[in-house]
Amino acid sequence: MSGKKLLLDAGSGGRASHRLVRDLFVRHLNSEPLARLDDAAFLAVDGPLAMSTDTFTVDPVVFPGGNIGSLAVHGTVNDVAMLGAKPLYLTCAFVLEEGLDLDLLELIVKSMGEAAAAAGVQVVAGDTKVVPKGAADKVFITTTGVGKVMADPYPSGHNARPGDAVLISGTMGDHGLTILAQREGLTFETPVASDSASLNHLVEKLLTQVGDIHVLRDPTRGGLATTLNEIAEQSGVGIFLKEDRIPVTPAVASGCSFLGLDPLYLANEGKLICILPQDKAKQAIAVMQADPLGAGAVQIGHVTEENPAKVILTTALGGKRLLGMLEGEQLPRIC
Amino acid sequence: MSQSASVPSSILDSFKDPALCRAVLEQLKAELDSPLRFMEVCGTHTVAIFRSGIHSLLPGEVVHISGPGCPVCVTHDAEVALFLELAAKPGVVVATFGDLMRVPGPQGGSLKSAQAEGGRVQIVYSPMDALKLAKDHPGDTVVFLGVGFETTAPTVAATVKMARAAGVANFKVLSFHKLVPPALRALLADPDTALDALILPGHVSAIIGMDAYRFIAEEFKTPAAITGFEPLDILQSLLEVAKQKREGRAEIANLYTRVVPPQGNPKARAILDEVFRPADALWRGIGTIPGSGLAFTDAYADYDAMACLGLALKDVKPLPGCRCGEVLKGKMKPNDCPLFAKACTPASPVGPCMVSSEGSCAAYFKFQLEL
Repeated sequence: MSGKKLLLDAGSGGRASHRLVRDLFVRHLNSEPLARLDDAAFLAVDGPLAMSTDTFTVDPVVFPGGNIGSLAVHGTVNDVAMLGAKPLYLTCAFVLEEGLDLDLLELIVKSMGEAAAAAGVQVVAGDTKVVPKGAADKVFITTTGVGKVMADPYPSGHNARPGDAVLISGTMGDHGLTILAQREGLTFETPVASDSASLNHLVEKLLTQVGDIHVLRDPTRGGLATTLNEIAEQSGVGIFLKEDRIPVTPAVASGCSFLGLDPLYLANEGKLICILPQDKAKQAIAVMQADPLGAGAVQIGHVTEENPAKVILTTALGGKRLLGMLEGEQLPRIC
Repeated sequence: MSQSASVPSSILDSFKDPALCRAVLEQLKAELDSPLRFMEVCGTHTVAIFRSGIHSLLPGEVVHISGPGCPVCVTHDAEVALFLELAAKPGVVVATFGDLMRVPGPQGGSLKSAQAEGGRVQIVYSPMDALKLAKDHPGDTVVFLGVGFETTAPTVAATVKMARAAGVANFKVLSFHKLVPPALRALLADPDTALDALILPGHVSAIIGMDAYRFIAEEFKTPAAITGFEPLDILQSLLEVAKQKREGRAEIANLYTRVVPPQGNPKARAILDEVFRPADALWRGIGTIPGSGLAFTDAYADYDAMACLGLALKDVKPLPGCRCGEVLKGKMKPNDCPLFAKACTPASPVGPCMVSSEGSCAAYFKFQLEL
């Protein structure tokens, strides 16, 4: 630990800025277009493209299973991939708080570099601003991604059809509960960890080995329940789920029960929802289960013509109820 | 929620066990020889019955009514008007649980809008936080909004005692607390409600014990069961009251012995009795119920916001069109209210039953299929 802190000078555009960019960002993000330090990256891409952008602010910035740096790569890579695209390039913009621990910053940028390499994407452009202490909370990162669309028609929330199967790639709520528990300073008997991961390789397998994928979505903020409600609304269909088919780790289930949270509304950062014709479901599950990131893949429900724009849950007891969208944020129970 | 099979199921998990629950449901069906109109009077029960899917599984003869079990919902318009008036007073900081923030007053305002207009309103998670606020702001009067049943009132009483011990004089409580047994008496005495059975609240009972409910069986000959919040707890309580009804018995059964001792919590009640005394209280939709509220005892009158700040409840016009009162008494189902899901939604609630997440209208809106 050097114990060095980030100074406002590092955002001045002068020598201090250059040193930070060269010694930290260029070194760890390790891409040719970035290392050229031109005003923009020169890219030669053709064909239909998918593009997405996201800003990451997470408290705490380092959490079990990742940190804001890896999350900023995974989040945007996944958003691009969900359009049936192969993510190629990322840009990143940092807002850094004066006084930020430089070792922490290095850890974050190094994780970004590693996450990008694992996903097979290049970080081709970036920007850094340093703001006075208190004007930001440690570090905010915006990443933008571009990818080449591989499927025609491309998967979209508008394409769910009656008769389709609804699959998910694994357990729900891991990321959301991990962050909340860290924030509240809670530890559980069995530790929980974020599932943050890039899903583009898994998506590529689904597209090439299975095909005819109608919808791909990653259930991030708002969780499975919110994302499925969005899909039901966009596609004008009903979605029927079976509660006892939705996998939740025992640690997340007990943590949620303690805090009064519903794992179906908690964020995931390394899981996807795949909706496709029922006759392809078995094959898609096998393809996902063969990949470590989809080992827990399972069918949780199906799409219907009835109850358009609604998500209906058959509970463990066999009762039926709405699984609606939350009005506001889910807050941990206090008493 | 499926959990990996290698994990041994805990005792608590067995209260969720689908096979056990279905077995009890079958027993319940076999037990019914006539319609069963039951009421639960606890917001947590309301949500549990809907979330678990029990509401949709009940046989047609069983009519489920969500009674006045959510403290926010039973707070009277006049009480809401009074705390909104308080929030506008200079030198006053209103400290409140978050769920009161959006409750609309007779003029349409809420604590949220009072705050936007410059009123000082602070959300706290416990009355102790409000006491700390008073210590930190010696120049202001910090008024804690005492809304809740027997479950929360002892903590408020304990905080008042702490304020006295610490010599904090600028801490006050506006006591709109409500007591469950007198409200049950009023409901049972109302012929329109026509209840066959009561499911009694687990947490409230943990404080007041079983004796407080004797009159339900003895005077009103109505079967009742105290129970917990897991699906099996709720189904077993229904089976119990159905059995009592078929056999022509009326008793108070305690099915929540893992939390509720027969005598309740005498220590908590002693603190409650030291600081508060029973008083008449206003309930939304029901009106004044004798002895159903808590006023300060003379010994603690200097913490009574009502007396110290010269406040008084005023007659107010009820919220136009809002039928929350009838919903609370079980005279109307939430989705029969003309405003339900139209003018009144969780995003823009007209009445308190839609504001509180444990309100019956909000539960219908969130969970109920056939709307």
